[in-house]
Formats: sequence, C-alpha cells, structure tokens
Amino acid sequence: MSSVSRKSIQTLAETISRQVKHFNKAEVEGLLRLFNGLMGDQAGSGRPVHGLDRGRFRNILHNTFGMTDDMLTDGVFRAFDKDNDCFVSVKEWTEGLSVLLRGTLDEKIKYCFDVYDMNGDGYISREEMFHMLKNSLIRQPTEEDPDEGIKDLVEITVKKMDHDHDGKLSFADFEKAVKEETLLLEAFGTCLPDAKSILVFEQQAFQEPSEQ
Amino acid sequence: MGASLTRAVQWTAASSGRPGKLEASPINESLLKDILGFVEQFGSGGHPQEAALVFRDPLQWATTLVASDFNTDYDVSGADVQSQENDGKGHPLLRLSPPTISVESFSQLSKLVQLAGDKGLTEVGACLEENRDPVVKILGPRFATVLEGDIDMSALQLVDKLKEEDPEQAKDSEVKLFLLLQHLDKQLLSNALTDFTQEVGLSPSAVKNEVELLKGFCSEGNQRVLKSVRYTSDYEFSNGCHSPPWRQVHGEICYLVVKPCDTEPLHITCSSAGVFLNQGLKQEVEEDDTYKRTSDMYQDLASLLKSRSPHFSQNVNSQDFAVQQRLPSTQEVQHVEPVGVEEQGQRQRICKHQGKNAAKMARQHTVLLPSHHCIWPYRKTKYEPTPWNWENLCVVSPSDEAEQKPSKGSGKEKAGKTHKKILRSDSKRKANFSLASLPGRQSIQKSKTEDLFSESSSESEEDEEQPDRRPKTNMDLPSEYWQIQKLVKYLKRGDQTATVIALCCMMDFNLVQETCQMAIRDVGGLEVLVNLLDTEEIRCQIGSLKILRKISQNYQIRRAIVDLGGLQTMVKILDSPVVELKALAAETIANVARFRRARRTVRQYGGIKRLVELLDCAPATAATLSEAQEKEVEVARCGALALWSCSRSTRNKKAVWQAGGVPLLARLLKSPHQNLLIPVVGTLQECASESSYRGAIQSEGMVKDLVANLHRDNVELQMHCASAIFKCAEDKQTRDLVHQYKGLKPLVSLLSKADNKQLLAATTGAIWKCSISMENVAKFQEYQTLEILVGLLTDQPEEVLVNVVGALGECAQVAANRVTIRKCGGIQPLVNLLTETNQALLVNVTRAVGACAIEIDSMTIIDRLDGVRLLWSLLKNPSADVQASATWAICPCIENTKDAAEMVRSFVGGMELIVNLLESTNKEVLASACAAVTRIAKDEENLAVITDLGVVRKLANLTDTTDDKLRRHLAEAIAGCCMLVRNIVLFGELRAVAPLVRYFKSQDCAVHLATAQALMQLSKDPTNCLTMHESRVVKPLLVMIGSDDHILQEAAASCLGNIRRLFLAYDEARYPAR
Repeated sequence: MSSVSRKSIQTLAETISRQVKHFNKAEVEGLLRLFNGLMGDQAGSGRPVHGLDRGRFRNILHNTFGMTDDMLTDGVFRAFDKDNDCFVSVKEWTEGLSVLLRGTLDEKIKYCFDVYDMNGDGYISREEMFHMLKNSLIRQPTEEDPDEGIKDLVEITVKKMDHDHDGKLSFADFEKAVKEETLLLEAFGTCLPDAKSILVFEQQAFQEPSEQ
Repeated sequence: MGASLTRAVQWTAASSGRPGKLEASPINESLLKDILGFVEQFGSGGHPQEAALVFRDPLQWATTLVASDFNTDYDVSGADVQSQENDGKGHPLLRLSPPTISVESFSQLSKLVQLAGDKGLTEVGACLEENRDPVVKILGPRFATVLEGDIDMSALQLVDKLKEEDPEQAKDSEVKLFLLLQHLDKQLLSNALTDFTQEVGLSPSAVKNEVELLKGFCSEGNQRVLKSVRYTSDYEFSNGCHSPPWRQVHGEICYLVVKPCDTEPLHITCSSAGVFLNQGLKQEVEEDDTYKRTSDMYQDLASLLKSRSPHFSQNVNSQDFAVQQRLPSTQEVQHVEPVGVEEQGQRQRICKHQGKNAAKMARQHTVLLPSHHCIWPYRKTKYEPTPWNWENLCVVSPSDEAEQKPSKGSGKEKAGKTHKKILRSDSKRKANFSLASLPGRQSIQKSKTEDLFSESSSESEEDEEQPDRRPKTNMDLPSEYWQIQKLVKYLKRGDQTATVIALCCMMDFNLVQETCQMAIRDVGGLEVLVNLLDTEEIRCQIGSLKILRKISQNYQIRRAIVDLGGLQTMVKILDSPVVELKALAAETIANVARFRRARRTVRQYGGIKRLVELLDCAPATAATLSEAQEKEVEVARCGALALWSCSRSTRNKKAVWQAGGVPLLARLLKSPHQNLLIPVVGTLQECASESSYRGAIQSEGMVKDLVANLHRDNVELQMHCASAIFKCAEDKQTRDLVHQYKGLKPLVSLLSKADNKQLLAATTGAIWKCSISMENVAKFQEYQTLEILVGLLTDQPEEVLVNVVGALGECAQVAANRVTIRKCGGIQPLVNLLTETNQALLVNVTRAVGACAIEIDSMTIIDRLDGVRLLWSLLKNPSADVQASATWAICPCIENTKDAAEMVRSFVGGMELIVNLLESTNKEVLASACAAVTRIAKDEENLAVITDLGVVRKLANLTDTTDDKLRRHLAEAIAGCCMLVRNIVLFGELRAVAPLVRYFKSQDCAVHLATAQALMQLSKDPTNCLTMHESRVVKPLLVMIGSDDHILQEAAASCLGNIRRLFLAYDEARYPAR
C-alpha cells in the first residue's frame, strides 16, 4: 500500500511539478503527502471525495497560517477552488500554495483580488468592502452611527483605488493601486501568510522525506 | 535662592515699618510652588544627610498651624509643640509657641509642609516673608555671601572657594546642601525669566487688538477721546506686522499716527519691546531718523496716550461701557459665543495636566471666566496699577486668556505644551463653526508663536538652522488638514487592515508640505506612527516609516519624533530580517538625525554599529542587478545616508570608525551605482575632517576611486568627491596620489560648471589644496588653470573666493604664474578683495597679493591700486592669521617699490602698527613683523622712527624664543636695526646678545646666517664683544667660518675679527711695554 501510494505520489508529483510554478518535484511530493494526510482524515467519512472541503481547508488556514476571519478564509477557499466544486483538489492545492508561499507580486495581486471579490463578479463593490472592513475599527460608545467610520473608510478606499471612477474596484483598478503601493495588496484583510508561518510550513512540508 | 528672592520675587512696597509682603502675583505663586517642591523632596527621602543638617539659625515665622495639626512625632503640651527629633544636644528642631514657629532643619521643614497640606504654600510664603535671607540662616553668612556674589561661578569653583576660605568648616553635607540651594536658585531664576519674557513684549495681534479698540474711541460727539487712529501703511504682512521687513528685524510691528483731541498728532512706533514716539515722516528726514525713538518706552498704546494726552487719560476712564458697545464686529463674535460647559471642560483639562495644583488653578479660572481679562493687567504687575475699567474691555479671546493664565501659573515647558494642544483643539472647534472666523486664526497664530518660543528656549543646544517660520495669520486651513485628521483618527481606532488603508491614503497627501506635517502632528498622529513602529505588523511598520521618512524633513517633526522615542525603535528595526523595513528605517534615521541630540541618541542606542552593518552588502559590481541585489544596494544606500547624517557629530565619526565602517565604505566606493555612491562619498567627506579618516582614505586606496568618480556625470557626486579631496589633500601623500591617478585634469574641467556654487566651492577647494605641491602646480599650469581661476575672482560667493584665492596664492609661489596672473588681469580683483571682511578670505588674499608683489611689474600695479595701503590697514584686523599674512605680504611690497621709504613714511601710524605687532603672542605674527622691520630699517630715516617707537626693546624682549623661523627673522631685524649705531649699544644693554649666541645651537642654516650677521653688527660694540666671548661664541663662529656659504663665512669671520681686535687692544692697553 505504502509503496504503491508513494509511487503514485511520485508520478503525480512529476506531472504537477511541470504544471505548477515555484515548486520542484520533491517539494510537490511534500505537498502531496500533506494533502493525502489531510484527505486521509476526511476519507474516514466513507464518501468518495474529490478534495478538501471548506471546513477542513479553513482549519488548515487557521492552524497553519493564523487566518481567523471567516469571511476571508471563505475568500481564500474560493480563490483556491478554481472550478467552484466546493472542494480543493490536489492540483488546486499545489497551485494555490505556490502563490501563497512563493507567488510573484502579479500572482498575489490576482489571488488577493479573487479573495476579496466575494461574489466572483470581477469587481470588489462598496458592499463587499464594507463587509470585509466591518470589524476593522474599534467602536466608540459615543458614536451615533457605529457604521459611519466604516462607511467613510470604504469611501476613502474607493477614492484611492477606483481609478476609472465607476464606484467599484475592477481587477485593473486593484492591480494599479497595488503596483503603486504594495502595502495595498492585502488592503481588505490578511489573506497571505506572514514570513514566519511560511517558513514553519515549508519546513514541515518539505523536510519530511529526509526525516523518514 | 538668594538671587531669585531679591531679584525675581515681587515684593509689595514696605509700608509703615513692616517688612514687605509677598505680592500675590502668578510669578510669586510659581516661585513658591517650586520652593515648596524643593522642600518636599527632603521629606521623600532625597538627600537624607542634608535634610538632617541643623540650621545655623532657626527659621522663625508666624504660622497658621496649631497644635492639633501635629501628629505623634511631636510632643504637644497645650498650645505648644516640640519635635521629638532634636539636634543631638537635646534641643528640639521644631518648636511651636503660637503664633511663632521655629524650625531648624530641612527634614522638619518638609514634615511641616506635609502636615500643613494645602496650607503648605501659605507657610512657605510666610516663612520667606519673615526670613528675607533664608540662606544666611540656614548655612551662615559665609555661604550666603558666596552665593550672592558669584551666581555665575560654576558649582565646583564655589566649593573650592568655600574650602579655601575655611577648610574645616566646609562639611560635606553643608556643601551639598549649599549646592542644592544654589541649583534651586538657578532654576527659580530661569523659570521667573521665562515668565517675565512672556509678560513683556507685544505681539502683532495684541497691538492690532489695541488699535482696533482705540479706533473705537474715535467717535464724534461728547464722548470723543481721540480724533483719529490710523496705520501709516494699511498693508499687513503675513505675520501681522505693518512695518516693512527690514524694520521688522528690529522688532517693530507697526507705525501709527494718532491724533488726540488736545495735542498735535503723535507718530507712534509699536515694537515688540514696547510703544514709543518716533520722528514721524513729515519732517522729510533720512529714513533711519524717521524710526528713531524720541520718547520713553511704554508698555502699551494706552499708557503712552495717557502720558501724552491729558484729555485721553481723563476721558478714557469714564468710557469703558460706551466703548464696549462699539467694539469691532470681530470681537462681538467673541461675546456672543457662549462660554459654556465645553469651554470650561477644556479649562479643567488644562488644569489636570498641571498636577497637584489643579484644583487651585481651576478655581482661579472659573472665577476669572465672567470678567474677560484683558492682557494689559498681566504686563502691569511691575508698573503702575491699571485702572479697572480697562480690564472690563474684552480684547482678548477666551482662548488667549486660557493660554496665558496657566502658563504663568507654572512657567514650565510641559504646561506650555498641553496648552498648545488644547488650543489647537479649541481652534479646530471654532473653525468647524466657521472656517474663516477670526478667533480660530488668532489662536492658531498664537500657538505657533509659542511653538517658536518654547522650541528655541528649550532646545537651544540644536546646531541646525531654524528655518524662519513666521506665523501665518491669514492662512486658512486647507481641506487636507481635516482629511488628515480624519485619517489619523482611523489610525488610532483601526485594526491593522484599517491602519494600512489609512496609512496608504495618508501617503497620497503632499507630506512635504508643512500644513500636512502639522496636521499629522497636531492631532497626535506622530504618537500613533511612532507606536506603530513598535508593533509586530510589518506592513504597519512599513507604512508608518514611509510617512515618517517624508514628514521628518520638517525640523519640528524631527524633534517630536526624537521626543517620542521614535529613534530608539527605528534603531531596533535595523535588526529586522525584512529588507525593505531596514532600508526605510535607515532612511528615516537619516532625516531625523539632522540635529545633535538625535545623532547622540542614535549612537547611544547602538545605531551606528547597526547602520554600519547595513553597508555590508555583497560586492555588486555588475551594472545590472537582480531584484534581491537591488534591494541590498538600497539598504546599503539608506545605511550610508543615515551614516552621512550621523557623521556630522565627531563622536559618531569615531563610532563609525570603531564599528569598522571604513573598509565597508571603501568597498562601496567601488560600486558603479551613483545613487549609492553619493551618500558613501558624502559620509567620507564628512568624516574626512578627522585625521584618522584622512589617513584611511589614503591608505585604503580610496583616493583612486574618488578621482574616478570625478569623471562621472553626476554633479552631486562630483561635488562630494571634490570636497573629500579638498579635505584630504592637506596631506602631501594624498596630493601626490591625486596627481598620480590623474585627478587634476577632471578637477580643472569641473571649473566649467561655475553655475553650481557648491560644486565650484568644492572643486576650487580641492585645486587649492592640491596646488600646495609644486608638481601639481606645474600640471595646473599645463591645464591653464590660472586663467580660469582669475576669471572666478569676481561675483562669486565667499566660500568659492576663499578657495580660488588660496589656489592662486599657492600657484603664485612659482614665478611664471605670477606673470600669468598679471597678464590675465588678476591683480586688480585680488587687490579689490583686500577690502573684504571674511578672515579666511583675507588670509588667502594677502598671501596671494604678497606672492604677486615679488614680481616688479605686478608690484607696480598693486602700488597703483593702493594695495599696499590696504594691506597695511589689515594689520588692524583682530585675527592674528590675517595680521601675519598681511605683514608677510607687506615685506615684498617694501622691497619692490621704488620709493619704498617714502611710501612707508606716508602711512600715518603705519610703522607704529608694525612695531606694535612685535608685542603679539602669535609666533607667525612676530616673525612677519620682524621681517617687515628688517625691510623698513633699510631706510635710515625710517629706522630712526621705529627706533623712537621702541623697536629695539621689543626685539630684545623676543630673543629668548626657541622658534627657528622667528629666530631667523628676529636676528635679521636686529642686524637691520644695528645700522643705527646707538642701537648696537642698546641691544647690549637690553641683554639681547647672549641669547643670540645660543641660536648657533639651532639646526637651521638660515638661522645661523642671520645670527652671524646680527652678531657681526653687534660686535662693533666692545661690551657686546665681551658678552659674546663670555657666552662662548668663538667656537661656533669658528665652525661657521668653515661653512660653504660665503656670506655666512664672512659674517662669522668679521664678528670673530671684531672680538679679536678688542682683545688685542686690551692687551696693548694692559701691556704697553711690549
């Protein structure tokens, strides 16, 4: 069993590593092993599965990368799950992680935009922004309208990033703004792991074979 | 304490034999508070020994305390109280027999004020009222006299003096207590001083208010007090002044013509120092006379008018009510505005900042609120009492009052700062109602002036220039101001996502603009930005630094950042693994560390070492870089920028050296990237003022790279390279290296960029220093540098001129160049420069003119241009260097002028000047003066004059010198003066001969020659011969006879001959038989 699975992993890794950037074959193997491990837990339910479901994926984001905001983890899941089948497949897993861990700025811009575009219509609307920024200001008890600050924050963000003045952020708007100021990459919430957790994750995922 | 009590404290006039009381003025109150604090510190465990010290005489006063106020440490018997603590002889240190209390130590005093609680101030006041000289009582008259006498003495000197006077009595604790008292004294004085300075002095706005008020008096009818009040010029400058800028520097604010009813028009000047009458414009006098003061100085317009116009002073007192109704509309606004709860709340907030006195202050304010105080009474404290009706006129907005009142209560910086903040919020609030309303602007202006004031007083140590930031009266706050305030609000309240958005939006503003910088600061944005640096959030840190690096170009922001401890955090960030963060931190440090305290902070927190580490990037010599390399270069660039700023302090230069910065800088110097090279070379040239760096620049082979960079097409880089060469080329080896690496030609070609004055100054400086070597001069000749340099002698800034003239002076040491300078028409501009005042320039000009004067044709031109007279007048220059250089230049002038003797005589007092220079303490001046004397003495008539001026005695006084240069010229001068026979004898009488003989021990041949010639002259007198013989002159003379120099041979031989002949004659006289 073990040798069979190892062999299948190797062949799979071979094909995937040709399609996915940033990882060599050994690294892809590591990621596949991790994926299989996670799948193994899930397989216990007995149903045939195509990949990681939302809950499991969220757990990983939470535990490994410290992302806690449900709204954003949903977004990340959406961004990973390219075929919208509500499962993250092996391929989607490695592709997603390649951006998350080693993506270039352009890849990250695309990824972040996908995360923030909650309804997937190709625009980040004021409403979406409002939802994402909802908890970003400390409420002051004296305020009459607690949402006023958030609304205003959304307004200034639109003013800053909406270059074509259509009241919502297209990908082009987003890309231009981020190119101008990289800090805006994660403008609406943390959706990329920080350097430290990347390091920890990579150590875990990639050094496993040598330990065995 | 003595000084401040006598000088600063305001006593009421002593009345009917009773000692004067302390006036209940704010200044006194603050003084008392400070003294109270001082006393309290003894109780809180500070200085236990000093606290226990028993006073010489007890301090006694009538107290309000009663027996029941005392606790268990005291023995109470009826109304009397005695302390349990005694002086060791059973004598209690505190005794109370109502109403008199007597206290004998600070420990008891401090307990007393604690017991007194709120009444502490009254007690201290009463104590001081009855003990006008507390120091005498505490420490005895001895200390007090010292304290009174020498408040300027340093503490140590004082202690020494005390010990000297009475070594046994000066017990340690006594001295320490004395020092404490002295410290307190100083503090009190300086606090009082700040208070006074705030009191005195008019501000444009105060004057304006008063003028507006007075205009209200110019009504028709029977209430008329004045005919008219008008400004001479209605134009108001942005700082609120009406006077032209060149008068504003004298502190003058505006000029008024006031027509009173009973006298002729008064022409009045309002200046920051006070109000006075001027000549007026009508008399058609010289402009300067127009502004001349023709009356006493008054504190305000009203008092001036009262003294000048009896009608005014009579009527004004009965007019208060009527005037109040007729106040200008702007002030009406003030009245209408409700002085409501909010205002009061703000006042109380002010008070909270002031600690324990809050309650008292608050009371004061609420009492004051209804009667709008005018500013006059405050200035009045020391002068005649103001009539009350003036006070009822509201000329000062409530916010002004709030500002003034508490800062008087405790003249401390901190209090001032809290006010600024409050004021701003005040102004903001008003401006929200109506942006352009006057009060808002007024208080902003006020706060700004106060800014300037407090900054300059508390930070006088800063060595950077303070840009002239005049308060902008008419400035409407732009919308950016409010937008930025909003963003800062989100910074404060937001989580990291909101913070980053706010930061990014803030970056979009023009942060170099002062309005934006101030907006950020005013709402406490700086605190937030600095705090963000302390978080773990890299993106917040980056965003914050991106803003800080921009706004730190403002000097006030820089100070604020340092005050908030931002530098420490930035230094810590330099250790971060995130490259971008490191670079940004270093760049911000580079901006902030532009003043001394900041540079010191960077060093003290280990910043220099970390910055030096940033320089350690991989040797990227390739022109194109990978992204990572690029980042690394950027870090190195920012590190170098920061080091550049920091290296303006000498200690930091040493720290950079110790941290091993030099080899790293040397390595970076080979980099091909210009933007990296500029700060690197900048740092190097900054450090090159230290000799260790100059040595390293030479030994580490940096001269080659510096020269190479001269070829790059980047003006700033070229400038710093030239500047580095300028500083290093003082050293001969460096000059040779510049020559060797062919650096002279690019330097010369840089002269063509004459429009860039900084570059020109650096280049000409480098050329000057390089031209000290003769082989370099030859090169410069080859590149026809002199022609260019002569062209740069006119219309250049001083720093360029100094270097150009310096270079010409060096080049002119070569004969051919003197001709070139003359042929290019360089003599005239050089002589013209003799009238300049810059001493460095004068030293160089005189040297150059002196060198040119060696050539006869040039000399003719100099003479025609009256250059010699100009040189001669420079002998009066206070700088010894100028004196020496001018005197040296005079020497060839005398030699090469046809009627030199006549010319010298024509300068009235000229010879006296030279002779007097012989009394200088500067060796170079002395040597040059001797040389000039030698030249002057060639003419018999002039020699007679200088002999009458006592030249012989002065020369004789110098003979003991050991300086070879001076010896040589002195010996020559003595030889010259011996042309007059009586001087020969005189030198002997003045014992100048024996020291001269010792000059033969010198290693310098020139000294030998001059000495031999002087001795030859002196040996014409028999007594001198005897002295010489006694001084064993024969042996060295015999050696000199053996010299290769014919003149020396001859002089020595002839001197020996004179001695010999004397002895022969003696023998003949003694043994006539033979």
